[in-house]
Amino acid sequence: MTESVEASAPGRQMPLELRRSSLSRRRRITDLVAVVAIFLCVAVAAVPVALVVAYLVRQGAGVMSWEFLTADMPRQAQTLGGGIGPAVVGTIVTVGFASLLAVPLGILGAIYLVEYGKQRPVARTIRAMADIMTGVPSIMMGLFIYVSFVLVTQNLNALSASLALACLMLPLIIRTTEEMLNLVPDDLRHAGLALGARKWRTIISVVLPAAIPGITSGVLLAVARAAGETAPIYLVIGLTYRANWSLFGPNTSLPAQIFKNAQEPFPAANERAWGAALTLVAIVFIFTVVGRFLANRFSSRER
Amino acid sequence: MLVLAILALILISTLIQAWPAFSYQGVSFLTSSVWIPNDPDGDGPAEAQFGTLAFTFGTLVVSLIALVIAVPISIGIALCLTEFAPVRIRSAVVTVIDLLAAIPSVVFGLWGILILAPALVPAYQWIHDAVVGIPVLGSVFGAPVTTGRNFMTAGIILAIMITPIITSVTREVFSTVPRSDKDAALALGATRWEMITGAVFPHSFGGMVGAVILGLGRAMGETIAVSLTIGAAAQITPNLFAGGNALPAIIVQNFGDPGTFPGREALIGCGVVLFVMTVIVNFAARRIVRHAEIRLKGATA
Repeated sequence: MTESVEASAPGRQMPLELRRSSLSRRRRITDLVAVVAIFLCVAVAAVPVALVVAYLVRQGAGVMSWEFLTADMPRQAQTLGGGIGPAVVGTIVTVGFASLLAVPLGILGAIYLVEYGKQRPVARTIRAMADIMTGVPSIMMGLFIYVSFVLVTQNLNALSASLALACLMLPLIIRTTEEMLNLVPDDLRHAGLALGARKWRTIISVVLPAAIPGITSGVLLAVARAAGETAPIYLVIGLTYRANWSLFGPNTSLPAQIFKNAQEPFPAANERAWGAALTLVAIVFIFTVVGRFLANRFSSRER
Repeated sequence: MLVLAILALILISTLIQAWPAFSYQGVSFLTSSVWIPNDPDGDGPAEAQFGTLAFTFGTLVVSLIALVIAVPISIGIALCLTEFAPVRIRSAVVTVIDLLAAIPSVVFGLWGILILAPALVPAYQWIHDAVVGIPVLGSVFGAPVTTGRNFMTAGIILAIMITPIITSVTREVFSTVPRSDKDAALALGATRWEMITGAVFPHSFGGMVGAVILGLGRAMGETIAVSLTIGAAAQITPNLFAGGNALPAIIVQNFGDPGTFPGREALIGCGVVLFVMTVIVNFAARRIVRHAEIRLKGATA
């Protein structure tokens, strides 16, 4: 570059001024302000994260104990002490059953989309459904389940909550699994087929093992999302003060208990809300961190 | 076409359930802001009323506040990540954004109602005292409610919650700007900011609008955090420091105790209104993005 500049102006005495100080003051200051503002944005975003986590740990650690995690909830919100045992149980039951419904269905659906459906009308329908379902507000999913399931069976229970959560998880799992399967190079598929394996055999023993860390990561992130969902659960799960391991009968969950206790004017209820929040965030973070770890490992191996 | 059919199916199934409320209340279901779910005097002349305009208003106001706060910050973060930050800082920032995205909305709501709302009351009071008497500002920043649960608090919490989604989408969009465009701008002597406004923004306008609308859709549908921090008052007021309510929030607040017939149907009706709003927003986003893309391609061709 410099050569051509010199060549084009052979007789020129004044050196070409390319230093920062040769910019007009207005341009220099605008640039400086913009860059500082951009870095400030990052700082501004970090503040709420730090504050939320700090309060969560400070307030939640005060009430946290094995007793708190397992004891029954008091019937009166102002009662001191008590625990969130039923909510922990309810979260395990609802999220567990929702995963049981959504994970196999989602993975099989994605395998169909990538390996068999491709651009067929059925596959396009499923893709459109998944896209729309991710855009629908989660409370609408709760209303659907209420309208189509609770009104029919006349029961508020963990099963209907699981259905709502499964509806929310399904599109997430389908989309991430589809992405991961698309990342598997076609060479692998061709190699499997060239060795004489049937298509299903190739998928099971070649394609899925190659994509499994990514799929697991997507599943874990979807589970984390579902565990934190409040609105759809709150409409259809009912309420209980005793641990209920069954899918039937009224139940409760951690997000529902946080939501309920946060609105109470009593400090005892607020304390339980903080403790439940810390528990919930711990669960969500474990799933998220493991999911991200697997995702990173997968992407670095792909490169 | 197919998308429309599915949307219509969802709409119709909820609409049927909500129908008693529509026929009970008529057009004023959409145009009235009076919400009295319990019959005030039994057999007397007064009747329960279900007007949802105040909630629609609240939904729009808090979503707009959230966008006004979150969009510049998210774009700033995305620019920082794609154009400025060295790799080590970049991974730290991405971790923070991921943390933000992973925290469940009910936890933000809990923090908002117990910590943020009370903490902001003095700030609201100070702003109110500073602008009182000035025509427009005086009514927009009116007397704050003592709990601090108002449109502004809900908007701030929402802004925190939609920042990750807007950031990650704009970041992806910015990373598709060709290296050569940016290098060309810099080679012509542009400062970094001029490179951003001259090369990055024009190239990614459509994607940025898409990201903003995606954030808007999230904000409108967010239920729990808004329900906890908005103050639960059915009113239309220009005062951002007054309590209000939003469509998803009223559903979750009243669903357990929906009042006299057709209270529950009216709540499902609120869901229908919300659903229609989000669908309109999403379709608008697709249109805008498509137009921007066509314009961009036309300009380069």
